[in-house]
Amino acid sequence: MPNGIVAGADPHGHGHHPALQHHFQTLDQQHEASTLGMWVFLVTEVMFFGGLLMAYLLYRVWYPEAWAEGSLDLDIRLGGFNTVVLIASSLTMALAVRAAQTGAQRATVRWLLATMVLGVTFLGVKVIEYAEKFELHHVPGANFVYEGPHGRQVEIFFSLYFGLTGLHALHMIIGVGLLSVITWMASRGRFSTEWYTPVEISGLYWHFVDIVWIFLFPLLYLVDRAHHFA
Amino acid sequence: MTTIVIPRVNYLNVKTTVASWLLTRDHKRIGVMYLVVVALAFFLGSVFAAGVRIELTTPEGDFVSADTYNRLFTMHAVFMVFFVLIPVVPAILGNFVMPLMIGAKDVAFPTLNLLSWYVFVTGFLFTIAALALGGVDTGWTFYTPYSSNVSESNVLLAGIGIFITGFSSILTGLNFMVTIHRMRAPGMTWFRLPLFVWALYATSLVMILGTPVVAITVGMVALERAFGFGIFDPRLGGDPVLFQHLFWFYSHPAVYIMILPPMGVISEVIACFSRKNVFGYSFVAFSSLAIAVFGFLVWAHHLFVAGISPYSAMVFSFLSFAVAIPSAVKTFNWTATLYKGAIWWRAPLMWVFGFLGLFLVGGLTGLFLASLGLDVHLHDTYFVVAHFHYIMVGGAIMGFFAGLHFWWPKMTGRMYSDGLATVAALLVFVGFNLTFFPQFILGYLGMPRRYHVYPEEFQVLNVLSSSGASVLAIGYSLVAIYLVYSLFRGERAGANPWLATGLEWKTESPPLPHNFPETPIVNEGAYEYSKREVKVA
Repeated sequence: MPNGIVAGADPHGHGHHPALQHHFQTLDQQHEASTLGMWVFLVTEVMFFGGLLMAYLLYRVWYPEAWAEGSLDLDIRLGGFNTVVLIASSLTMALAVRAAQTGAQRATVRWLLATMVLGVTFLGVKVIEYAEKFELHHVPGANFVYEGPHGRQVEIFFSLYFGLTGLHALHMIIGVGLLSVITWMASRGRFSTEWYTPVEISGLYWHFVDIVWIFLFPLLYLVDRAHHFA
Repeated sequence: MTTIVIPRVNYLNVKTTVASWLLTRDHKRIGVMYLVVVALAFFLGSVFAAGVRIELTTPEGDFVSADTYNRLFTMHAVFMVFFVLIPVVPAILGNFVMPLMIGAKDVAFPTLNLLSWYVFVTGFLFTIAALALGGVDTGWTFYTPYSSNVSESNVLLAGIGIFITGFSSILTGLNFMVTIHRMRAPGMTWFRLPLFVWALYATSLVMILGTPVVAITVGMVALERAFGFGIFDPRLGGDPVLFQHLFWFYSHPAVYIMILPPMGVISEVIACFSRKNVFGYSFVAFSSLAIAVFGFLVWAHHLFVAGISPYSAMVFSFLSFAVAIPSAVKTFNWTATLYKGAIWWRAPLMWVFGFLGLFLVGGLTGLFLASLGLDVHLHDTYFVVAHFHYIMVGGAIMGFFAGLHFWWPKMTGRMYSDGLATVAALLVFVGFNLTFFPQFILGYLGMPRRYHVYPEEFQVLNVLSSSGASVLAIGYSLVAIYLVYSLFRGERAGANPWLATGLEWKTESPPLPHNFPETPIVNEGAYEYSKREVKVA
């Protein structure tokens, strides 16, 4: 029997959910496509950070002393504080998704706002850290100054520090922008127990950005600390 | 054929304003929009190639200076690689026919699809800006430290252009992958998928995993140039070879982004014009995935003479040979499909024959280059230039034209002149061999690539090569002429001029705005030609 075009294959007609786009058959299909799309996107993000991490790995093996020196110059209190802030933001984000799933509109907005506040706090602390590096002439380039036997390789360390944390901060800024749109949508009552896909996939993105920091913090701030404080 | 019904409302005439094109989310229109930009890039790239071939007709540097020559071959490659070869089949043909083939109304993310096109055009404009300000002289490979610390050409602008274009490729790959997973019509199981869809799936895998790496690598070079960061800078202890590793980690798999989709096209066209099921369907499907996976494990064969350890070189050499296995599976299975088929001599099949011959030569010479000892002699010679042109132009572009001739009636609703298309295929095949076969010999004799002057004894072969390029130009121009002519004067094609299987032939030509009047239901494999009435002349 050849392939046929069968009438009435779309049982949904025109009385469908307002969020259902025309090219999907069901909300479930749309939800699964969006979620898969975000997961695939996060895979590309892993590879994106992966290029910089590969460079980090090579030079750390080649220049362990420079890595230890450069790392000691980073402010572990500010970095540690930011780590706590981001982990807390992951919790509030998870609670926002949970609230959206259960249809609790006010709670969704509240937890999303809390997540954004924590995200902005992180970025504020990052600005303080960058300003300090700028004053110490630890920003790579023509004005870079670093006294010490491994100064040149320390410049590579700082290039990768700014490359990695800068790229991460850019992702945070995009994340806060994304959440402000989602918060606005949530406050307008766009989500329901039937359809909360945007909250969920924004959550996936936010958790990913947090996880990147969970790797960056020890890789950049905690190189050889134990040895120096023992 | 009796009466041909022209759909009253189709994707082309549903709305005709400029805004309806620029804001469209229809995958078919987006495919056509890619065709326009890629054709422009192909024209630009060809002009630079012409400059290179004119310079090389004489041994002296009498047409352009050495510096201009560097810019000519770099801009040729930048346009051809990033703006032609990578998008040509997936973004044009893939966008147009893949959702039709799986019985979907559109790709999973239509707005993202439109965004990909804009991202692509933005990257293209940056590269045009780099060109307008004098071009780039580093070669398309952007090797450090020349690109990061030395070159005074517009590396930063071109780098930004390539960085941006990369995201277009990533988003297209993401969109295709989700579409193939989630948008298949009822009954369209994985093993009923047309092989072109399998090829696009494998390609998406490479786009998703490889492209971000080259994006960040180009980004690191940009940071070095713009802000004086030092990641590859040898003065600080940075490693330029690290750049080569990161660059080829993408740019070798990128070869498979270029060749896998045309391979999928070949499977479609061969099945149709031999009126047979594709021999060993699942082997051909899985060989696409195997090529995508192996493709990620061979990059260091570009670095055999860059001082990498002999042990890793041996492993990479072995793995490079291994890529030949899935490629050979495909080639043998295509031949077996043709064998005892009811061959229908039509233009798309002529382009396929061109592909088969040229891809075979390109693939086998790749084995020469994968051999450690031979590569030391052949590295950076015209042998390499000839080899990759056989794969990329002989393989990918011939495959694209096979697909374009196959689906042109579907895209436009019009037939082109089959006789002229056959002549064009022959001209391109002959012109191509005349251009690039002499370069194998030149390379073997030791002529290095990327120089604008050469010893006098190489002139005969270079003149042959340049004259072949002229034949090639005539062939490509002929294609442009009869295809454009067909838009206005071509016969109406009807829904299925090739009596082909596949859902894209179930809808009208040109297709309806939402592809199908009702969602199709699939209950058989992709190439059931044996069950089909054959009324071919």
